[in-house]
Amino acid sequence: MRGAWRAALAWLDERLELGDSVLAVLRHPVPVALEGRIGWWYVFGSATLGVFVVQIATGVGLAMTYVPAPNSAYDTLQFITHDAALGGVVRGIHYWGAGAMVVLVLIHMSQVFLFGAYKYPREVNWLSGSVLLLLVLAMAFTGQLLRWDQDAFWSIVVAAEQAGRAPLIGDILAKLVIAGQTVGGATLTRFYATHVFLIPAAIFGFIGLHLYLVVKRGISEPPESGRPVDPRTYRQRYAEILRRGIPFYPDAAYRDAIVAFVAVVVVLVLALVVGAPELGKPADPTVVVADPKPDWYFLGYFSLLALIPREAESLVIIGLPTFAVLYLFALPLLFPAGERHWSRRPAAIAVVTIPFVAYVALTLAGFQSPWVPKLTDGAQLPVQVTIGLTPQQQSGAKLFISKDCFACHAIAGAGGRRGPDLSDVGSRLPRDRIVQRILTGGAGGMPAFAGNITPQELDDLVAFLETRTGK
Amino acid sequence: MDRREFLSRITLGLSALIAALVGLPIIGYLLAPLVQPLPDQYIDVGAADSFHDTTLVKFRDPSPLPWAGQLADSALWVRRRADSGAQMFQVFSVHCTHLGCPVNWRPAAGIFLCPCHGGVFYADGRVAGGPPERPLFERDWRVEGGRLMVRAEPLPTIQTPKAT
Repeated sequence: MRGAWRAALAWLDERLELGDSVLAVLRHPVPVALEGRIGWWYVFGSATLGVFVVQIATGVGLAMTYVPAPNSAYDTLQFITHDAALGGVVRGIHYWGAGAMVVLVLIHMSQVFLFGAYKYPREVNWLSGSVLLLLVLAMAFTGQLLRWDQDAFWSIVVAAEQAGRAPLIGDILAKLVIAGQTVGGATLTRFYATHVFLIPAAIFGFIGLHLYLVVKRGISEPPESGRPVDPRTYRQRYAEILRRGIPFYPDAAYRDAIVAFVAVVVVLVLALVVGAPELGKPADPTVVVADPKPDWYFLGYFSLLALIPREAESLVIIGLPTFAVLYLFALPLLFPAGERHWSRRPAAIAVVTIPFVAYVALTLAGFQSPWVPKLTDGAQLPVQVTIGLTPQQQSGAKLFISKDCFACHAIAGAGGRRGPDLSDVGSRLPRDRIVQRILTGGAGGMPAFAGNITPQELDDLVAFLETRTGK
Repeated sequence: MDRREFLSRITLGLSALIAALVGLPIIGYLLAPLVQPLPDQYIDVGAADSFHDTTLVKFRDPSPLPWAGQLADSALWVRRRADSGAQMFQVFSVHCTHLGCPVNWRPAAGIFLCPCHGGVFYADGRVAGGPPERPLFERDWRVEGGRLMVRAEPLPTIQTPKAT
């Protein structure tokens, strides 16, 4: 039996000659320094690749059932989630895998950046990786839209409106996003084909280039402080390093396998324990009750859009992504030589940490979304606020709700947080200032209610607000 | 040019030609919907006298793609201003001029509120507060035989010309 097995393998090997090709590539030499603990920093590319394979497998599975037409997409996805055997698990893996892709790509990129590995002669490794980052983000965004619930529909509109702000080509970009003049039957099929064919094809191509370069240019040796890259001497020095190198497979690859395994297990556990998010209400352009929020990894950007001042809006919406992309692509071309070690590149540490901290803060803000007016039907003021009021103050309290003041202004811990908290407005502002604010509005979000409130209503409302002294 | 050089050029040239022959129709097919204008038409959304105050009107695209489902429907805010004449109605897109989220009419407060980033508009569409830079998008309309007709228009964006 064993002999037959060996004979079969030998037969195959003679036909395929994998030993000379694939195995030889897998065994390409890498710097011996990777045997040390620093080698654990070199694992994130493989982990990303591992999760990508998971995304392909689960994506193909989902596509077997999902029907990408506006009249069926939502129902088929509900079927996948709740009725198909293991459908909820497969969708859960695909959802958490998408988040893992975004996170792992960013970690991988930060590591390469901090190690200065994008410098000569690996500039194109970085450039192809940058394209892959953009493609992964495009996958994450287009994937969310395929849920085809209210969030998805309005996210498409928001995306088109953002694209529409681009100078000169804005209009055509907006139409490209929605595949026509309006969001309609063609929009979803276009997004679907983009998500399952177009972008994946590009990702395959660029992964091919990326891996080819990883082998051809070799993995960068760990940076040493005071040893700058000099393009005239680098390749000779690197060749010497490789002469004392170790084979990638298995001496370094086992770490990649361990981390990829951990990443996939984390995705699987999240899929099983937390699962994919429930769908919202089906997409319907005539239902104007919607508050579209993207998935957690885009929440920080969503917050940014809410928080930028009006004057800078188009500049930030168009300018910031443009600058970020230009920076990514210009980086290795502008700084191909010089120090690689992070301790000699304080600016590099700032470039990684400042956006990271800012994005985490924006993400936390996004979960709370204090800028969103709370339009809840049947909203009520806390009892301690309304107790013991005179009839006029009672009437004012009712107006506070019906005129939607409560949607934006908090009182005693309840209500919206779009505008200033009014819990102590009675001791903070004199009566005439309160009246003036209500009638003429104010900077920022406050509308002027002058044409929309009777003198009696105004008196009642102010009488109520004057009771709010914070005590 | 020697024979080898000639054959190399033939090979590359033919490959490029194949790409162009197949690529051009595909690119045209993909881009055509972007440049195809909507038919110049007015859609009947209901009896003109049935609109009072400010109401959401829902209507169906007269010629949707067969699989469009719910997306064949759209909605507009119709504000009744006068009994008749050119000032009779104001018809607003439901899309906030900030980033396109749907604005809600709050009758008691007399304002349109956008749930996404808190944009606020007055009843006549002017900006009352929040991030929006321009008034609500207005739609062309006319009354024919007692029916309110609104013009079919593309998704409005910040580049949509302002109503005059």
